[in-house]
Amino acid sequence: MENLLEIKNLHATIDGKEILKGIDLTVKAGEVHAIMGPNGSGKSTLSNVLVGHPAYTVTEGEVYYKGKNLLEMSPEDRSHEGLFLSFQYPVEIPGVSITNFMRAAINAKRQYLELEPMNATEFLKMMREKRALVNLDSKLANRSVNEGFSGGEKKRNEIFQMAMLEPTLSILDETDSGLDIDALRIVAEGVNKLKREDTSSLVITHYQRLLDYIKPDIVHVLYNGKIVKTAGPELVMELEERGYDWIKNENKQ
Amino acid sequence: MKKKDNILKKIANKAYEFGFVSKIKTDIIDSGLNEDVIRLISKKKNEPSWLLEFRLEAYRHWLTLKMPTWAHLNIPPIDYQAISYYADPLKKSKEKNKEIDPELMKTFEKLGIPLEERLALSGTAVDAVMDSVSVKTTFKEELKEKGIIFCSMSEAVQEHPELVRQYLGTVVNYRDNFFAALNSAVFSDGSFAFIPKGVRCPRELSTYFRINAANTGQFERTLIVADDDSYVSYLEGCTAPMRDENQLHAAIVEIVVNNNAEVKYSTVQNWYPGDAEGKGGVYNFVTKRGDCRGKNSKLSWTQVETGSAITWKYPSCILRGDNSQGEFYSVALTNNYQQADTGTKMIHLGKNTRSTIISKGISAGKSQNSYRGLVRVSKNADGARNYSQCDSLLLGDKCGAHTFPYMDIHNNSAVIEHEATTSKISEDQLFYCNQRGIGTEEAIGLIVNGYAKEVLNKLPMEFAIEAQKLLSVSLEGAVG
Repeated sequence: MENLLEIKNLHATIDGKEILKGIDLTVKAGEVHAIMGPNGSGKSTLSNVLVGHPAYTVTEGEVYYKGKNLLEMSPEDRSHEGLFLSFQYPVEIPGVSITNFMRAAINAKRQYLELEPMNATEFLKMMREKRALVNLDSKLANRSVNEGFSGGEKKRNEIFQMAMLEPTLSILDETDSGLDIDALRIVAEGVNKLKREDTSSLVITHYQRLLDYIKPDIVHVLYNGKIVKTAGPELVMELEERGYDWIKNENKQ
Repeated sequence: MKKKDNILKKIANKAYEFGFVSKIKTDIIDSGLNEDVIRLISKKKNEPSWLLEFRLEAYRHWLTLKMPTWAHLNIPPIDYQAISYYADPLKKSKEKNKEIDPELMKTFEKLGIPLEERLALSGTAVDAVMDSVSVKTTFKEELKEKGIIFCSMSEAVQEHPELVRQYLGTVVNYRDNFFAALNSAVFSDGSFAFIPKGVRCPRELSTYFRINAANTGQFERTLIVADDDSYVSYLEGCTAPMRDENQLHAAIVEIVVNNNAEVKYSTVQNWYPGDAEGKGGVYNFVTKRGDCRGKNSKLSWTQVETGSAITWKYPSCILRGDNSQGEFYSVALTNNYQQADTGTKMIHLGKNTRSTIISKGISAGKSQNSYRGLVRVSKNADGARNYSQCDSLLLGDKCGAHTFPYMDIHNNSAVIEHEATTSKISEDQLFYCNQRGIGTEEAIGLIVNGYAKEVLNKLPMEFAIEAQKLLSVSLEGAVG
């Protein structure tokens, strides 16, 4: 299988403080990777660095995505190339309807791919189909992006946008946080329906419960800015039983 | 970083797309202002003596006034003797009729305002004014069949002097303020519209103002009278060339609304705002006021202000008739070194009068943007209601947003509501858009248009689309 994402010795800082201290990670096309770890280990930093958040600075290392140097690409181009982040805390954009927002996003991508803008009929049809996939209420689609949404609605909206943009590599950053069990199931089912043979995911989570629905091929434990353990799905159960303390103890300097 | 700076510079320079100058032979009188100049203007326009008297009285009053300084504006001193008060781009032919220079027709075409009726896109009737003169008014004949008078002010003075005399200066008296006095003394052209009793005007009426000549001021005067049970929607657009010197535009708009009549007045103001360093641009010092004289009359102002170096403008409603209604919807956007002090006055005189104020300020760059509004309820205005909402949106941290709401309430039955918010476009919002593939400039355009939606929705369709584009264009390069 081809390497979709290759991270080599990645170091990154925010406000001068080093958070990532040498990450090595390879994701092949079609794989689902889970990244687990205690709070403050650098999970969200990793996802933000991958999508090019300007608050983070990469100080060392390389990242290749589809064989291209990811770190040289603008955040927009990373998106156009099929990289998607489901945000842990999606922001509200008052006054901008989800419909207008998605149309701008889809047409920006099409422009990048040198395609004509999508016509209105085709676009609305696509909206309907993808909405059904994640059970997103049509009323919600006419509202401003995330404005006044509940936690569950926000996360569902993220997965809806993922469905619209059909990413090659999706990063789900703590998508389970703040969700009750029903919302969690709906969101996870949406993600599973979107899974194709050639698409990959990085599922970032603190707990095991999301991974009951989204089955990972490979599980990593991130601790103190490094990946300290990599194993198969059985690692999820082990972490659930033993907690993170044994990881911490094993990695005491 | 350098590359980014260059791109921003490039954008700042191209952002104003109407900055061209047309080569048109223009009859410009010498600069300077005195009674002789006023007599000359009046003579050039072949005006009746009462109008010359009106001008002279205003001029003599103006001499006693000083420029107002209460606005939150930094206005450099203006040398009123250095301005030419009359510029006529119509070539004089040997006959009495003036011909339209083909270059002039081309100019308006370039601005997207075709002056040939067959080319009219939206079926809007247009009065096109360049510098001091109305160039052409379209669909005049068709409107005439319904009894609607729509023509230039100069023509109205010749053809309908009794109507002009009856209404001119009755809403905005020349004593009203410094710029109103100046305009009353030297006003050149503008539009005149009269909608007779019971007529619903079948077309949008519009005036397009263009400044072309250098070192001139534009002092247009518009008068709209809606008689009982009539309706009209009126649009106003404006542009000017890019010049390093500032140009003065001091207009008056007067609107009279009689019983059960309704007037909608929409403006998309895009005067040249000056360059990125604050050099040049138009001073837009305008007095706009409507008098809801009749019962159940209604006046609605909608403005999208993106242009001008300095804006001083307060479209107002006098709610004289019982049950009359006034509305003010405004989006004022300032970028670079632009300054705007704009808002409205709602003067409640009649019973059960209602007013609504929705103001959306957007400040970017190093600009200053102020909302200034007055709600006055007089002693006899029982049951008056006002709702005001003043929102400010800041882009970056070098600009300013200010709100000056005044309330002057003399009747205990009045219900007044006021809401205000200030917000910023956050880095997180922009990054969220970026992650979805939307570039930063497009994202700002999207967010700003979303923010202004409530006001843009009030504009007639074609204007709304133009305004949307304008808001995005005016903000290009606003966030580095």
